[in-house]
Amino acid sequence: MSGPALDAPAPPSALELGRRAHRRSRARRSTLVALASTVVFALVAVLAVTRAPGWPRTRDSFFDPSTAADALPAVLEGLWLNVRVLAVAAVLVVVVGLAVALLRTLRGPVWTPVRMLAAGYTDVFRGLPLIILLYLVGFGLPGLRLQGVPTSPVVLGTTALVLTYGAYVAEVFRAGIEAVHPSQRAAARALGLSHRQSVRLVVLPQAVRTVTPALLNDFVALQKDVGLISVLGAVDAVRAAQIETSLAADFTPYVVAGLLFVLLAIPTARLADWASLRAVRRQQAGGLL
Amino acid sequence: MSEHQPVLRVRGLAKAYRGVPVLAGVDLDVDEHQVVTLVGASGSGKSTLLRCIDLLETVDDGQVWLDGQDVTDPRTDADAVRRQIGVVFQAYNLFPHLSVLDNVTLAPRQVHGVGREQAEAEALALLERIGLAGRARAYPDQLSGGQQQRTAIVRALAVRPRLLLLDEVTSALDPELVGEVLALVREVAEQGMTILMATHEMGFARSAADLVCFLDGGSVLEQGPPEQVLGDPVHERTRRFLARVVDAGRL
Repeated sequence: MSGPALDAPAPPSALELGRRAHRRSRARRSTLVALASTVVFALVAVLAVTRAPGWPRTRDSFFDPSTAADALPAVLEGLWLNVRVLAVAAVLVVVVGLAVALLRTLRGPVWTPVRMLAAGYTDVFRGLPLIILLYLVGFGLPGLRLQGVPTSPVVLGTTALVLTYGAYVAEVFRAGIEAVHPSQRAAARALGLSHRQSVRLVVLPQAVRTVTPALLNDFVALQKDVGLISVLGAVDAVRAAQIETSLAADFTPYVVAGLLFVLLAIPTARLADWASLRAVRRQQAGGLL
Repeated sequence: MSEHQPVLRVRGLAKAYRGVPVLAGVDLDVDEHQVVTLVGASGSGKSTLLRCIDLLETVDDGQVWLDGQDVTDPRTDADAVRRQIGVVFQAYNLFPHLSVLDNVTLAPRQVHGVGREQAEAEALALLERIGLAGRARAYPDQLSGGQQQRTAIVRALAVRPRLLLLDEVTSALDPELVGEVLALVREVAEQGMTILMATHEMGFARSAADLVCFLDGGSVLEQGPPEQVLGDPVHERTRRFLARVVDAGRL
């Protein structure tokens, strides 16, 4: 980049300043309109709810502050169990999902049974309702009284979650792997990389980037489904809320637990937005569209 | 604007990317039925200029008029402007999920509201002219580069644009395929299409262009008839650029 015209960038012309002012005023107007419509909408919503005939009863039954304060410590303690289960399950889900997806991409007749097994796994565990799997694993397995089978509802619940979510995530990974253009594989093989190397070094990195938003979406789903281990008797946030609800004869503890799960999901949702935006920025040239 | 109104008029166009100026005061006119070629080194801003004209980029300063309408005015409906301009990209940018016929009929049907039958008949007539009517149901990945680029040109022409922008349309092609694409551009030009094209094909610029603009340092350093700019340039920079091109065997 050289040349006389580029050495000293001229200050913007009056015309350009006018255009910028116009764009700014448009942006300001959009903000004002958004603000006004939000305030009006919120007012109408609040009035409609608080004037509704059942509102006082609803408030006492779902939004009672003192019950919420009483329930919070127990629910928080339960949520800590959910978070730990989530951390372990998320790692295992990615490992299982990636492994199954890779098994499904294996080429060659020798691998036919492995491919079929992997396909069968995803078919069965994506189709099977999670609650049935939880009952089968959580109550059925210990009932066999086999040696080495864990009896902790937390471990069994996590196992069931990993089995179901592993199948979902395997399909996400597989979609990502298949979305990588064949020319990329050809270029990698042309450089002399083996099938394995080209998958590891060229195909997978691109596939993972493509499916990161979808994976984070599944992570959010997993975040709330960890609450299902409560059906096996684990005292997590849901179970704690259930106990508190029966003690207080008031549904507020459930609302507290629900809000905590929502709060847990929000950072992940923002992370997903950020990740997909970054992928777009990194790989595409600038431009308006 | 005087009594004579060009199809495209560019004045003082400036554009910087992340503080790095790419265009710094480009002035350019393209008259009706004229073929104007932009030449210049890689990175001299040829593609950026074309993208600014099609409003794919917001300009930092300066103005662009299409048929006397200031399209850089923020009140302008950018889609309405783009409907009048056809663009062909260096990398074809065909839609890989659509057949050749669907690529060509997409804009006429979805943007211009032409019925399917009429759009397809017109598209097939255009494809017939470039010898690709037989491949109308094929997908872009099944075509050669030259066939893809000719399809892309037909896709741009299918909406009968007022102005055709060609962005180094032969740069991604084998030398033997360059000819078929340039022959199509020449045919389109002879039928009276107004064309602004960035190109490295000096031979083509010399024989087909009405006006050659040499872009350097973010502005048009020199412009004139091809025999003058390419044959007897005034500026030292133009001479050096042409010497490099000759060394590379492209003239």
